[in-house]
Amino acid sequence: MTGKRSENASMPALDHESRPSVSRRRFIGLTAGTAFLLGFCVPSRRASQAAERALFAPNAFIRIDRQGNVTLIMPQVEMGQGTYTSISMILAEELDADWNRVRTEHAPPDEKNYANPELSIQATGNSNSVRAWWKPLRQAGANTRACFVAAAARQWGVTPEECRTENSTVIHDRTGRKAGYGALIDRAAAIEPPKNAPLKSIDAFRVIGRSLKRLDTPEKANGKATYGIDVMPSGLKFATLAASPVLGGKVVRVDDHRAKAIPGVQQIVVLDDLVAVVGDHMWAAKSGLEALDVTWDDGPNAEVSSELIWSRLRKASLRDGAVAKEMGDVATALRPGGASGEVISATFEMPLLAHACMEPMNCTVHVTPNSAEAWIGTQVLERVHAAVAKGAGLPGSQVTVHNHLIGGGFGRRLEPDMAYSAARIAKYVEGPVKVVWTREEDIRHDIYRPAYHNLLWARLEGGRITAWKHRVSGSSVMARFLPAFFQKGVDPDGVDSAQNIPYDIPNLRVEFNQEEPPGVVTGFWRGVGPNNTVFAIESFIDELAHKAGKDPIAFRRAHLDKTPRLQAALDLVREKSGWGTPLPPRCGRGVSAQTSFASFIACVVECEVGDAGDVKLRRVTTAVDTGVAVNPDTIMAQLQGGHIYSLSAALWEEVTLEKGRVQQSNFNDYRVLRIDETPPIEVHVIKSQESPGGIGETGSTAAVPALRNAIYAATGVPLRRMPIERKLISRNNRT
Amino acid sequence: MVTLAVNGEHREVEVPPEMPLLWVLRDVLGLTGTKFGCGIAQCGACTVHLDGKPVRSCLLPVSAIGTRAITTIEAIGKTPNGAKVQKAWLDLEVIQCGYCQSGQIMSATALLDSIPHPQDADIDAAMAGNICRCGTYVRIRQAIKQAAGPPASS
Repeated sequence: MTGKRSENASMPALDHESRPSVSRRRFIGLTAGTAFLLGFCVPSRRASQAAERALFAPNAFIRIDRQGNVTLIMPQVEMGQGTYTSISMILAEELDADWNRVRTEHAPPDEKNYANPELSIQATGNSNSVRAWWKPLRQAGANTRACFVAAAARQWGVTPEECRTENSTVIHDRTGRKAGYGALIDRAAAIEPPKNAPLKSIDAFRVIGRSLKRLDTPEKANGKATYGIDVMPSGLKFATLAASPVLGGKVVRVDDHRAKAIPGVQQIVVLDDLVAVVGDHMWAAKSGLEALDVTWDDGPNAEVSSELIWSRLRKASLRDGAVAKEMGDVATALRPGGASGEVISATFEMPLLAHACMEPMNCTVHVTPNSAEAWIGTQVLERVHAAVAKGAGLPGSQVTVHNHLIGGGFGRRLEPDMAYSAARIAKYVEGPVKVVWTREEDIRHDIYRPAYHNLLWARLEGGRITAWKHRVSGSSVMARFLPAFFQKGVDPDGVDSAQNIPYDIPNLRVEFNQEEPPGVVTGFWRGVGPNNTVFAIESFIDELAHKAGKDPIAFRRAHLDKTPRLQAALDLVREKSGWGTPLPPRCGRGVSAQTSFASFIACVVECEVGDAGDVKLRRVTTAVDTGVAVNPDTIMAQLQGGHIYSLSAALWEEVTLEKGRVQQSNFNDYRVLRIDETPPIEVHVIKSQESPGGIGETGSTAAVPALRNAIYAATGVPLRRMPIERKLISRNNRT
Repeated sequence: MVTLAVNGEHREVEVPPEMPLLWVLRDVLGLTGTKFGCGIAQCGACTVHLDGKPVRSCLLPVSAIGTRAITTIEAIGKTPNGAKVQKAWLDLEVIQCGYCQSGQIMSATALLDSIPHPQDADIDAAMAGNICRCGTYVRIRQAIKQAAGPPASS
């Protein structure tokens, strides 16, 4: 980690609790934007103390009370990426709020107000929290600030232009008058909020650009933070489940006589496709589940295996895909012998992966004849709301969902399946029940990162790439997740970073070939589509550089004249990584460059390959231009974490199937990276005034091709699939 | 009836003797700071101290504890090294999702209790049993060194 850590703002309180019923609060400024607050129901635990609290709530994101406390409603969810802090900084910047009085609150399910502007649903993903909300939240902050300025100016008989703001205070310098926002809320509520109050210039930022301390971490250091799995509504029961080990299988028969004899076991719930045991605590539920004798009908996927999935995918990759991008005349340019130079082709494959979030899947639900209440940590609040309603068999209007901190999302919690299963179980249980997946169930019933097959062709002429064709074959997550975005056979996520490849190549064709694997459901995984495309592109580019006899960084740079921000990142990473300096035998450095999620990243991985093909990570150096860095330390943390998450996959991770069953089950057989395998990671953030780019996914996409290229440099072996095939790079294998 | 000494208090619980401490802490005593991650002592999220030594509570039957003092994340800040570790964790902003961090902090505190100025190899040995999926390992290493402070000059 590099860069100055600084500006230790004192840590404002963060309230993770479910909030009191806002409908009981007395709102002063009932402008149009506040009407939504009356529309949903949340528990009234602290209703009495809230009843008298007056609030100025000019929009869906900001509430200010008479004491000057600023509550910011978080449209995006906190799963460790620091978004509560970054989003608060954006709002506080334009509002000129006193950072020490800022509190955050989870937004309720409400797509009208909180749908992600880029995704169109209330979801947190695709590295776009800051990107999508940058303008709307700055505007919300500025519009609110303008109300306070107008209110104070009216009170003082001066023009708003004569007033300025800082630390939640309006100041009139000429007369030395000051008024805090809290004291102004009644008058501010009488002002019609402007729609387009002027925004600050980037040079005037006081909050954005500083590595402020995170709002969510103090309670995570002392055990007080409440994740979904920690909720304890009164009268709670505990359950765990076994779903059909084969996707689409059904329960045939359950012998529960041994389970029922276990102390603490209260109830066995048998549904079509799963069984659950309800008990006094998780131990009783778990012991009960182990004592059940369940006979399954494995159904149509009983014979699915990894071999079948891969053979289908490889076969599918031979057909032409739907065209995502076409420039120039690729057919002519790639015709063998047609032009000068040489046509080169290679395939690259990525495996099915599990997410293995540290907090296993869980959801707590209380179903009554006319209501359902659920507690969860999710990336898709509105979809969970719908899933609970469906599972409980109730209209959405009778369902309440409370969101909590997330113990690892990585795309897994973009799915509401756990809420649906929990609600179906809870329907048969008296009182609230916390349904917790064992780690084994979590891994065997994940929604997996698709397996991908990439077929690439390029023509190399005089040290330059003159033609390029990239065919991505695999599952389309978008076709299931957001079908409206899946048009004419092209999954925009599946070809992301491929159709907008940064290299300047005159003849370019990118295709997508949908081939759904049998027996598994696929979903997003940190880094999403570019995890695959950037791996394939950057691996292939390295092979082309090798063919051309060029230095890998120089070769990339020569094709990036139209992308100077990526050239600058490459230059910086070359300087910081010690690129070109001597290394011991069987050590190598590899580079990757990418423009993904509107960020420009260059990454160098240095590794050593042992005689047996074991890979030791020695060092990672990354340079990033992500536009305005809202919180630079958070950006560094996200890149460090993204690198580790994906290097873990490159070194160890693959989900395989046999007889329809996922063969991995826990961290003993689904191995992940640990601290003793983690290298030093340096991140260099380039100063920029461009609009912010995405950062959560990008570390994940950058590191794997850089590692693969480091192995290529160390051994001369061009690996073509992940995870690393050690036998191909062991010394004995060299012939 | 089992009597446990948890964070300096005697707590009586009516649970099966083979029930792992993890579920007693979380589901019976409401001490949810200790986390469930794997259930097979592979991930370290459930780490607590027994008489100051780190143990994985997910596989530890309550009947095996006896009179030994149990310390969880909720009380580790009352110990000198626990407080130092927590402070370093926040100063260096180690935490991301935070779910594994109770266990990380418990393991790191126990490390400093036994080795006041750990080297990288000591950190690897003491912390390799704690998985973090957010990838905070780089900062965990830095924070342990910061909590330890500079070695006393000899």
